[in-house]
Amino acid sequence: MKVLEVHPEMRVPGRRIFGVGLVSVVAVALAAAYVFGFLFGGTPAAVSAVHQNGGAHLTLQTVPSYGHAPDPDWVSYLAQDSSGHWQHTTVYRVPAHTLVTVTLYQYDSATGLRNDFLGQVRGTQGGTATLNGKTYSSINPDDASHTFTVPDLGISVPLPGVADDAKNPCATAPCSLAETHNTITFSFMSPGKGTYRWQCFVPCAFASYFGNGGPMQTIGWMSGEIEVV
Amino acid sequence: MSAAAAPGGTGAGFGEPRHGARIAVAWAILTVIAVPLVIWVAGPHIPPYSGHSTQSSDQHTVNVVLLTAAVPVIALIWVYFGYAISVFRQRGPEIVDGPPLTADPRIQITWLVVTSVMVLALAVYGTIGLYNDSHGAGGGQGPNPLSTPPAGSTPLQVQVIGQQWLWTFRYPGYGGVETATLEIPANRWVAFHVTSLDVDHSFWAYELGVKADAIPGSDNVAYVKATNTGQFQVRCAELCGLWHGHMNSYGRVVNAGAFSSWIAARQQQYSAITKTLPPYSKVYYPDPIRRAG
Repeated sequence: MKVLEVHPEMRVPGRRIFGVGLVSVVAVALAAAYVFGFLFGGTPAAVSAVHQNGGAHLTLQTVPSYGHAPDPDWVSYLAQDSSGHWQHTTVYRVPAHTLVTVTLYQYDSATGLRNDFLGQVRGTQGGTATLNGKTYSSINPDDASHTFTVPDLGISVPLPGVADDAKNPCATAPCSLAETHNTITFSFMSPGKGTYRWQCFVPCAFASYFGNGGPMQTIGWMSGEIEVV
Repeated sequence: MSAAAAPGGTGAGFGEPRHGARIAVAWAILTVIAVPLVIWVAGPHIPPYSGHSTQSSDQHTVNVVLLTAAVPVIALIWVYFGYAISVFRQRGPEIVDGPPLTADPRIQITWLVVTSVMVLALAVYGTIGLYNDSHGAGGGQGPNPLSTPPAGSTPLQVQVIGQQWLWTFRYPGYGGVETATLEIPANRWVAFHVTSLDVDHSFWAYELGVKADAIPGSDNVAYVKATNTGQFQVRCAELCGLWHGHMNSYGRVVNAGAFSSWIAARQQQYSAITKTLPPYSKVYYPDPIRRAG
């Protein structure tokens, strides 16, 4: 039987082991940083609801195209902060067990719902919303431009679009009240503390797969989170 | 190390312990201990838990049987692995060639026969279970299921509609009303007709033991008979985009009277929007131009 001996050139020096170990540690650290950044770095800052008359108030707008980098053509939601400035975020912070009133300025035209059932207003106070001061509980699914839907809370409000031939359409966010828009309001009772996702259920991301790509798949545009604190 | 003590032998060498016998004894002891533990200790905790539906109980039994059958195999691998690394471990600095391996027909034939019998037996057992008991609840059987509920039963028809990222449910027997929550009666067969409006999803009523793919343009049927009232989870089991992980909700199994009240209330609540829904159909093709971008 032959006894094998390790050739001197095959012996691994300590410096090499240290080098391989160091490179491995750095590689793992970089991978961890990438994963951490992907999971937690992409969420925009939250806008807090404004306290008014014992309740909380959120002011939002939808725009047909954001108009700025990195994706000027993408449809998007914006939120107004306590100083009145519009922020490009879809993360909202509201107090728990509080009546939250939402005022939503809707500047986009209709796309139509994929699932007509979502043309029903659900989960709001009285099961209704108002469109330019007029109460409604459902809309023609073809007239929907977007929805504001929080599935876990059973809240869904279809948002009628402005006319396709609106005379003064908004082209760049943030839109102003001088531009053609619909004003939608509704209220809901916030639940206990937690984070609840919300999204638009109109396939409004044009030129994307099934209308559900791009802004529909990216937090900060057509979906986000409600942080109940 | 001397040649007589080299690993790989069958114990035939002079002074060499009977490795095969040792392994067999250790395997038998481990199997005798592990099998009852798997059946009576781990078994009750193996999903889907029994008692929620006929299908989940059957699947639970199948899972326990499969795991129990796997225990002797796993035990043999572990015992052999542990024995090899402890007994045949190289001691000292030398690296020595072992004796050449030679084929043992007895071991080869035994291995082939035992594994073939096990796999074929489990295949027969699984096929019988799939056809007789599950009624397609484990995965759906397409639009024309081979296995259907017993003759004379009148399943409640419930359509499950997936879309990014929400489940909704239509009840064609109740005017085609669509709901945001799922409720079914206990002790009655239910036929889930699962479809999708956009990409592929998978409807998974976890505790009921139902999982059926939701494919656009496809009517995937799965039957279930819930045996107890209570809540069950509804999940999406197909990676479907940004909010896939949030595409879940809860369904309820209620008694027949409660179901009648619930569905009547939903018909009233959604009377306006029900009029605008498309006629009930096994599949839907939303307008691709205006509605798909």
